[in-house]
Amino acid sequence: MKKFFNTKIAIALATTLISASVLAGTVVINSNQADPAPKAALQGVIDGFEAENPDVDVVLNIFDHEGYKAAIRNFLTADAPDIAFWFAGNRMRPYVEAGLFAPIDDVWADQGLYSLMKTSAPSMTIDGKKWGIPYTYYNWGVYYRQDIFENLGIAVPTNWDEFITAGETLKANGVTPITIGTKWLWTAGGVFDYLNLRTNGYDFHMALTKGEIAWTDDRVRATMANYKQLIDGGFFLENHAALSWQEALAPMGNGEAAMYIMGNFAVAPLRELGLDDTKLGLFQFPEITPGVPMAEEAPTDTIHLTAGAKNPVDAKRFLAYAARADVQTTWNAALGQLPTNAAAGVSDDKFLNAAFSMLNNDAPGGVAQFFDRDAPAEMASAGMEGFQEFMVHPDRLEAILQRLEKVRQQVY
Amino acid sequence: MYSYWKNNQLKLSPWLFLAPGIFIFLLYVIVPIFQSVALSFYEWDGLGLKTYIGLSNYVELLDDYAFYTSLKNNVIWLILCLLAIPAGLFTALFLNQTVRGIRIYKSLFFFPFVISQVVVGLVFTWFYDPSNGLLNVILEAFGFNPVAILADEDYVTYGIIAAGLWPQTAYCMIIYLTGLNSVDPELIEAGRIDNARGWRLLWYVILPQLKPATFIAIIVTVVGALRSFDLISIMTRGGPWGSSRVLAYYMYEKALSEYGYRMGYAAAIAVILLAIMMIYIAVILYRIYRDERGV
Repeated sequence: MKKFFNTKIAIALATTLISASVLAGTVVINSNQADPAPKAALQGVIDGFEAENPDVDVVLNIFDHEGYKAAIRNFLTADAPDIAFWFAGNRMRPYVEAGLFAPIDDVWADQGLYSLMKTSAPSMTIDGKKWGIPYTYYNWGVYYRQDIFENLGIAVPTNWDEFITAGETLKANGVTPITIGTKWLWTAGGVFDYLNLRTNGYDFHMALTKGEIAWTDDRVRATMANYKQLIDGGFFLENHAALSWQEALAPMGNGEAAMYIMGNFAVAPLRELGLDDTKLGLFQFPEITPGVPMAEEAPTDTIHLTAGAKNPVDAKRFLAYAARADVQTTWNAALGQLPTNAAAGVSDDKFLNAAFSMLNNDAPGGVAQFFDRDAPAEMASAGMEGFQEFMVHPDRLEAILQRLEKVRQQVY
Repeated sequence: MYSYWKNNQLKLSPWLFLAPGIFIFLLYVIVPIFQSVALSFYEWDGLGLKTYIGLSNYVELLDDYAFYTSLKNNVIWLILCLLAIPAGLFTALFLNQTVRGIRIYKSLFFFPFVISQVVVGLVFTWFYDPSNGLLNVILEAFGFNPVAILADEDYVTYGIIAAGLWPQTAYCMIIYLTGLNSVDPELIEAGRIDNARGWRLLWYVILPQLKPATFIAIIVTVVGALRSFDLISIMTRGGPWGSSRVLAYYMYEKALSEYGYRMGYAAAIAVILLAIMMIYIAVILYRIYRDERGV
């Protein structure tokens, strides 16, 4: 019995000590950056922060990227860290509305982020407040086999007709124009996003994903008609519904397919397949409706101050640090992605340079997050499921649109 | 107090021993069932406030195409999974002989049940792979066109059930093998003297004696079919375009997947699934009750 009490006292003492040290400037960060390279990059940022702020001690908890999506709901309500990693746009809305994230407009103002992060600002804003710091984003676009295009004498298409002609030339030479794996659905969302952004423009696309426009609207039908043109023309890889996006890389690697509508994260595995900078290229998804300003997809990853943070003062210091141009330069160089701070530099990489210039100079229309981040979860999953079905059974267009419209009326 | 204990010791002690079990069972099984039913009348995203919405979740469910797809697939699962019972029976009959090394053969046949369902799912996913999978290599050898089983809405459910039958057959086989051990050799002897052999011997002499084994096999298979989830999650995640969903998977999708967090709606699906299972549970309970009374 005596021993029991001793242990209990010891535990109590230990707890007091731990909480005392928490008060002395500990920032707890929960992160989803579990892959080796991003993990090392984040550790580098933390080391830099601790060197500059010796009074603050950072505790980093790393979760598996997929597991994090479930874990964040638990730890935000039960035992909130000071800072949590997440995503911009509609993805952060549930946590903002449940009062689990805290607004950090003061950090934005102090660091001058309203002008430095102008591109990402809209996707960080809910109810007129800023709810986090975007630390990185990456572009989408058409990654293509430059060598195949050159061999067949195909110029980079800049409008829809050229795009269709390019695809037909590729097909005539036995090359599948576009590789895609729709097994896990979201890749089809990317194709739809671009077709809709180019057919109807950014404002229409955002209104559609916000649920303000019916899926049976004629303008949606116009997008789907363009989509159908690609499907009927046999532009997409056969059996795409059986393949994941990684499995769809292989045809691109061995030259059976020539284009991939994808995000920047596809560059690394494509390079591993032996496509160096002479073989792999990137072009902006071509114009469809003349005069519609070009808008791009650039999903943004973010860090947030939680509402339950025990040490919000030091957490804000960390957020401010993470927003700084020099920090974002090195952080994104390690990630192989783009910094959100316009004053930050981009590492010297063919695709990052092209993307940086594309997003900053050639995307006057705006920057969308991605179908499943712009649309609420339920609409997104029904939508992407519909696109996949449409890509296999284009004749079911009417039924699919009716179904999506029904979901829209329930969701919003 | 002491004398009360003394007098009723025999009556009380079974309850004392049962108490921890009953407590855990109530806490983790019975109470959650009622919580689920209650939750199905609410709209809740798992974070904010719960809103009472009455029967709205059920009304929406009745008008939900995905719900009907799931229900239809559940029925297909239920019917086709029962194939595991005759398949298991015949494997058991086939293996029920005394040959050198028969124990090894028996263990090998039991192997698919031992390995994880996740592994079974992955093995079959590769087997069905449209470009390199064994199935399509075989089909092409016979001059057929390759089929992407898991990407075709007409085949996908059957493809997953085939994967599910593999371990389920092994399980039924084990049940029957144990059952066959207790078959009375004298009855078989007597049957043979009366000139029964082959199918007639199996049907009239052996099968009636395997009735308890058959009962268990049916229960296990039906329950397994109704909660089929892991294979679907591994092989297709309900796709293509949701055509291989079953109720259990749809519930998970609505409650916990990346695009879910409609707890009330998912609870409503769970209640429907429970209602279907209750039919079988009632039959089992009735039979156990009857057997215990010795009727």
